[in-house]
Amino acid sequence: MTDMLAATAIKPTNERTQRIRASLRRRHTGEAIFRGLGLAAIILALGFVVLLFTDIIRKGAPAFIQSNVHLSINFDPAIITTGPAPVRAAGQSDAEFNGANVKWQRDLALLNWNKVIEASLRAAAPAGYDISGKDILSIAETDARHQVREAFAANPALLGQTTKIDVLASANTNNWIKGNIDRSLPDAQQQLSPQARGLIDQLVASGGISSGFAWTILTNVDSRAAPAASGLLGAFFGTLYMMIIVILLAVPIGVASAIYLEEFAPKSRLTDFIEVNINNLAAVPSIVFGLLGAAVFINYLGLPISAPLVGGLVLTLMTLPTIIIATRGALLAVSPALRQAALGMGASKTQMVFHHVLPVTLPSILTATIIGVAHAMGETAPLLLIGMKAFVAAVPASPLDQATALPVQIYLWQGNENRNFFEGHTSAAIMVLLAFMILLNGTAVLLRSRLEKRA
Amino acid sequence: MNSLVVAGLLLVLLGLAYQTGWSRSRALVSANGVKVHSRPQYHASLVAIWALLPALVILGLWAWFGGGIVRSYGLSQLPADVLATLDGPGKSAAFARLQALASGYGVNGALQPYEQAAGDALRSFQFITFFAVVILAAVAGVGALLFARNQITARLRARNAVERVVNIALLACSGVAILTTVGIVASLLTEALRFFTFINPISFFFGTVWSPLNGSTVPGQYGQYGLLPLLVGTLMITVIAMIVAVPVGLMAAIYLSQYAHRTLRAIAKPIIEILAGIPTIVYGFFALVTVGPFLRDAGHFVGLSINATSALTAGIVMGIMIIPFVSSLSDDILNQVPRTLRDGAYGLGATKSETIRSVLLPAALPGIVGAFLLAVSRAVGETMIVVLAAGNSPVLRGNPFEPVATITVSIVNQLTGDTDFAGPQSLVGFALGLTLFVVTLCLNIFALYIVRRFREQYE
Amino acid sequence: MDVMAGKVKMTQMSANSAMNPTDMLQRPIRLHAKDVTVSYGAKQALHGISIDIPDRAVTSFIGPSGCGKSTFLRCINRMNDTIEGAKVGGLIELDGENIYDPALDVVELRARIGMVFQKPNPFPKSIYENVAYGPKIHGLVKSKTDTDEIVVSSLRKAGLFEEVKDRLNEPGTGLSGGQQQRLCIARAIAVGPEVILMDEPCSALDPIATAIIEELIDELRENYTIVIVTHSMQQAARVSQKTAFFHLGNLIEEGVTEDIFTNPVNKQTQDYIMGRIG
Repeated sequence: MTDMLAATAIKPTNERTQRIRASLRRRHTGEAIFRGLGLAAIILALGFVVLLFTDIIRKGAPAFIQSNVHLSINFDPAIITTGPAPVRAAGQSDAEFNGANVKWQRDLALLNWNKVIEASLRAAAPAGYDISGKDILSIAETDARHQVREAFAANPALLGQTTKIDVLASANTNNWIKGNIDRSLPDAQQQLSPQARGLIDQLVASGGISSGFAWTILTNVDSRAAPAASGLLGAFFGTLYMMIIVILLAVPIGVASAIYLEEFAPKSRLTDFIEVNINNLAAVPSIVFGLLGAAVFINYLGLPISAPLVGGLVLTLMTLPTIIIATRGALLAVSPALRQAALGMGASKTQMVFHHVLPVTLPSILTATIIGVAHAMGETAPLLLIGMKAFVAAVPASPLDQATALPVQIYLWQGNENRNFFEGHTSAAIMVLLAFMILLNGTAVLLRSRLEKRA
Repeated sequence: MNSLVVAGLLLVLLGLAYQTGWSRSRALVSANGVKVHSRPQYHASLVAIWALLPALVILGLWAWFGGGIVRSYGLSQLPADVLATLDGPGKSAAFARLQALASGYGVNGALQPYEQAAGDALRSFQFITFFAVVILAAVAGVGALLFARNQITARLRARNAVERVVNIALLACSGVAILTTVGIVASLLTEALRFFTFINPISFFFGTVWSPLNGSTVPGQYGQYGLLPLLVGTLMITVIAMIVAVPVGLMAAIYLSQYAHRTLRAIAKPIIEILAGIPTIVYGFFALVTVGPFLRDAGHFVGLSINATSALTAGIVMGIMIIPFVSSLSDDILNQVPRTLRDGAYGLGATKSETIRSVLLPAALPGIVGAFLLAVSRAVGETMIVVLAAGNSPVLRGNPFEPVATITVSIVNQLTGDTDFAGPQSLVGFALGLTLFVVTLCLNIFALYIVRRFREQYE
Repeated sequence: MDVMAGKVKMTQMSANSAMNPTDMLQRPIRLHAKDVTVSYGAKQALHGISIDIPDRAVTSFIGPSGCGKSTFLRCINRMNDTIEGAKVGGLIELDGENIYDPALDVVELRARIGMVFQKPNPFPKSIYENVAYGPKIHGLVKSKTDTDEIVVSSLRKAGLFEEVKDRLNEPGTGLSGGQQQRLCIARAIAVGPEVILMDEPCSALDPIATAIIEELIDELRENYTIVIVTHSMQQAARVSQKTAFFHLGNLIEEGVTEDIFTNPVNKQTQDYIMGRIG
């Protein structure tokens, strides 16, 4: 054995050291390159986050500024020919009075209020400014006439008087003022006539048009006829109903199944199958849940199409696996010592779980739930398949009414043909959606740290 | 209104039953001082469960069958000659008018006297049945309550009984996940099979042309439904996404777990995770209005013709979306490689990058492959980015700079808003969904299997 | 190298190592440590360790678990560098050269001071690749024949060649625990180190595998300076010529193995050897 060792004695140390030293430079360069690649990947990933947010904010922030036209409306009796509001005559029955009132309202609706607005705009324009009625009306948003009519209906005494009313400037006016459209484009490619553009510039200079925060994005429902007046309120309620349904259904069912699987289920084929099943459900593409909703909830069970109820159910099924997996993870992490202590005190298994294990895992379950709900809130694809992309210009009164949701509203707006206006409008909607998600996730983080500190 | 009344009554019943059980149990303890098996709250809960169950069963039966009973009664009140002229939808419309009359609202159009009579009859029928059902439920509930109350003895194992109920409820909840899977498989299969009665499966799975004739109901002229262009589009986008996501995600995970200082890790990790929380519609919009035009201009600059909406645009943005997915999974996997292996390499004088490349990564390879497969499955099923940014052009071609369509896009196109599922135009959505489901399922099962094997190896 | 041979050899070996203690003390000093301290964050793990380690002999560190013996061992080839938050103070010299000198390349240092770990940790590669890995990264081999030669000779020196010569391309993780540990020793030898550090190399092995490794250590001391950490006093007595006793981060006593075990000076050492400190 000693012979063998001698035969394969190591090479002289200095030659070996020389070789090692010779390789060091190359190896350290390789190290630096590898490390640099890693750092580059981090910077790239962080860069994407920054780019995404700055891009959305850069596009969306201006959309929160809205141009308003300040009109002096003269309720000209020559145009408003309906006469004064009906007064209840002596001996008139309720039904008769109501009928008269409804008729008066209907007559008001049939009047051409645009004429009132046109007159008011012409009054604001320099004397003798040559512009057609259609062009001058294109400055204000089309819902201005409803606004003026409602102002009159609320106070019929205004007949023949002049009052100040602020109406929204039209989407195209906004584009022109904000520079969303290239001012040097030839007339043919402009959305507004040269006369209208000229008048807008003059009104801006004279203070007849000014800018303010666009509350309408938050307080109005969607509108096709009046893009500048379209808002997220309807979509917000659709999302709200769905999230309430998700929280009411997914959380109890999810937590309960996790408790059963983790604490009570006997190790059997069935529970193995359920486990594999849940893991796979968690990775099923969301659009497949949309197909499920369309086929089962709408087609088979006959639930209403476009309703937040169906959307909520679909999102519940989609969120369920996430909550189950997270809860099981949390339960698994509870130390066996706690369980044994509880059982050792004579608690039954159910008591151990509900009195001791569950309270400890509450922070994790809560966090997972909020993150799951936030994820469901941003989901779009399955909702398209259950008809929630219908145009709905109202706040849904119940989860059974037609509605859209915030992400679907984004989808609908990005497809609007007035790109110049809706690129900003869509970005603004995205900002609102992201704000909600950040709020939710922030709450999750906060709650978690709070509860963990207390525990 | 009615449901509020019912809910109120149920709550009253619940409270009553709980209170009864509670006081009975307390009386038991104070009366003879014997050892009682269960605490009062269990007796109370048991009585409450007993009382609620029959009431709920009766109300449930009514909710399920009541509608049909009311409907047939309402229709039966119409004159027979009128009824004979009505088809299915006509009956529904007539019944809707009766319901409107019964609830006191007016109806459009001329009101027939017999309609008014039937409406009134329906109103009283509804009123009577509603009360009958509620009273029946209440009687059953109270009866069960009294029965359960008399069952309470010192030796009654109320806690065990309540716990059994809780257990069954928990089991039922875990059944929801199975029901979901069954629902998915059943709905996809039945509708897909209906699709295949219109279109030959071979021409679906191997067809190279996708051009559905939407709206056509002429047999044999439904258009062509070849899957291959969509499959190729899906693959192309997935490959591009993985080319973006894998190097960036993996290197980011390596840097964060092996090199980064604690502070950088604490800041960078959650920021990268933000990418995972952003809704896909936002990515889609970003791809459409920013990345697409940028790629088009960049391509123009170097002399390439790149469409603003193309496989490249959608793929790159999808890659960005998947980065945190890849990086957090890889991070998990890398952390599971035992420290001793790394020490072994360091002990031999390997540099950090040599250790990572020749020891850490090979050891983690199975797990990382599993993670990549999960990422692929996510890319394949992703919808909104592709709907917005891939250009929706279902033509078989291999150029990533051209618009493409994917399976998910076509599902959305064929199914949006249409739920009568009469023709192959909408049913094809389910055949596509089935394909998507099977593909992602296989990927997931395989990936989870690999990851699990990997975990077991180092446990 | 069958089991019986191993057992027979072991008894001889114990006699061998205890035979000429004076010879051991005359050997030149290879490693010199002075006032070495280590702290992890606020917790101090070593309080000023000073020791000399002789050339071509086996030095063992003994002591109850958590006494700092492994921590000190990991200072010698700067493995503590890889632990976040670890701070090392004091002086360690290899042949008179400060190993914590900022100008010194830690990669080169570890090529000179090899290490074998508590748990056998072959890389998830073939047996051949495991051994060839070190020489390859250090640029010690130019050709396939060079590599073959180093792999075979290292496996021979580790006493593993005969057992694995037919399956060099099979994964190293497929070997038994004792074989895996000898593979790790072969892997360390292949780089041609001057010093080999062994951190409880037999703690995960059964008695027979342990005996084989102990015999191997005894053979290797002809060519290498070996430092071994062990929790087994019997092992220290069997394989080492010099022994150091650590307790609570302090070096309590060091000296010729035979002296430490038969005639300890310090009360704590005595207690430990008598089994009064666990």
